[in-house]
This record gives sequence, C-alpha cells and structure tokens, in this order.
Amino acid sequence: MQTLKEQIIRQLNLNDKKPEDIGNDDPLFVEGLGLDSIDALELIVLLQQEYKIKLANAEEGQTVFRSIRTMAQYITDRQAQDAAAN
Amino acid sequence: MSAPEIYITADCVVRDNKVISNDSLLYAQEGAAVTEFLEGFYRHLAIDYPKFFKMDRLSKLGLLAAEVLTKNGRQRAYAPENTGIVLTNAQASLDADIRYYASVSNLPSPALFVYTLPNIVIGEISIRHGFKGENAFFVSEQFDPAMLGFYAGELLRNTSTQTCMAGWVDVIGEKYEAVMVLLEKEAAPGSKPFATEQLTKLYATDHGAINANA
Repeated sequence: MQTLKEQIIRQLNLNDKKPEDIGNDDPLFVEGLGLDSIDALELIVLLQQEYKIKLANAEEGQTVFRSIRTMAQYITDRQAQDAAAN
Repeated sequence: MSAPEIYITADCVVRDNKVISNDSLLYAQEGAAVTEFLEGFYRHLAIDYPKFFKMDRLSKLGLLAAEVLTKNGRQRAYAPENTGIVLTNAQASLDADIRYYASVSNLPSPALFVYTLPNIVIGEISIRHGFKGENAFFVSEQFDPAMLGFYAGELLRNTSTQTCMAGWVDVIGEKYEAVMVLLEKEAAPGSKPFATEQLTKLYATDHGAINANA
C-alpha cells in the first residue's frame, strides 16, 4: 500500500502530501483526501499505466476508489484473476 | 478637472524569479526553474490550497498574482457578481497543450486536458476567491495596454462590475511573466489613476534595481 500511495501522490500531483499522511482506510474523495472527479479519471489512468488493469465498468469506481485499502485489494484480486487465467 | 473614476489600487509583476507588488519586492528565488519558483512563492505566501499543485503553470502564475492583488488592494468587500477579471497573453494555453500532447502517446491525462484552454486560469482564480463577475481572456501577440485598458474600463464604467483584476499572464517553457493590476472605483493610499499609460509604464518597468534595495 506504501507503493500505491506514492504512485497516487505522483499521478495526482499531491505535492503537499506524504504517504504517511494518507490512512489506509481514509476516504479518498471529498472529506478524506479531497479528490475530485478529474482525480478519479487519473486514478483510472494510474491503474492502466502501473498495473495494466482496466475497470470493467465505471460504477466499479465508487467501490474500488473508496480508500487505499479497497484499491489495493482490487489490484491484488485482479492480478490473481489474470494469473489464474494464464 | 474631475476626479478619476477608476484607480489602480494594487499591482503585481512576476518575472525574472521575482515578485514585485506596489514597488516592493515580495519574493525572489534566483536560479529556480519556473515550477520550483512558483511553488516556492506559494509556500512563502503560506496559502493552504492543495489544489494549487494540480494546476498547470499558467494557472499557478495567475493565481499567485491574484493572491497578491487581493492582499494588497481591495478597499472593501465586493459582491462576487461585481468582481471581474480580464487577462491576456501571447501563448494561450500552449504550455499545457504541449504537456497534454506528450501524454497522448501513452495514456492521455485528464488532469492535463482540463488546462488546455487559456481562460481556465480565470476559472481557477474565480473558484479560489468566489468571484462570479464578468470575465474575458484575450490572446494577442504582445502586451496590449490600450485594448486591456479599454475592455477593463468598459466593464467598470458600463456594467455592474465594481472591481476588476486585469493584466498579462503568460507561460511557455521556462519563460513566464505576469503583470496584473487591481482596479477599483475607490482611491486608496498609494493608488494611481487608471490609464493606459500606467499599464504601459508598469509593464516596461525594469524591476532589477529593486533587488538591491530590498
């Protein structure tokens, strides 16, 4: 999750944040990290660039991008699925 | 002779790694690249506005100059609907366009795409300060004080606009420049009558000597 936090900070230009400022279960949007709709699109780009993962549908985003932990779990699950398929 | 109806109550010039307002040096960071310089000045102002870091460099520059104007001018609180902004430059959003184009070869960046219009800087300033008044962004080959003065003057004289930020905000590569003024209908200590000549003089001023006296 540390790596994911670093990737998010870099991708979203959160220059005033450090990985330790982001709690694993903090909400990423609005009251938590304060991300907005453009940031959500950047998170989709991050998943594609760093993990070769495409969201199956846009509605998944609400669940996947709830927190660092849900995002990390989604990445782990998708990588396991891909490994099993191969 | 009647009193002037519009005054320049604050000005801000950002160039050559210096920020000068009302003939005083506010900040200098020699040798810094544009982004480093702008972020250094942001921290110097002690603003808590995390969105700043997500902006393109044109918006960062305009936002910081506007921040200086709001601190050094504004004789009274104005209704959001009565605060206007008129900005001009030569490069439009080319600095952001080039960065966005570079991202297209991989995955196009949504965060870069939203800055591929020059008037976004006006939007960012308006969001930051809650302005909802008249605004316009013009692109011209060079600083055109007559056009800028005419348009801003018209807003102040013939619309509900009570105060207006006006000026030149330009960034391309490592070249950048902001020359902005705050126009108000009430005079303040040190304010100058608003005229095209004042804009011309401000733009042409060599602020290099200020450093030695700061």
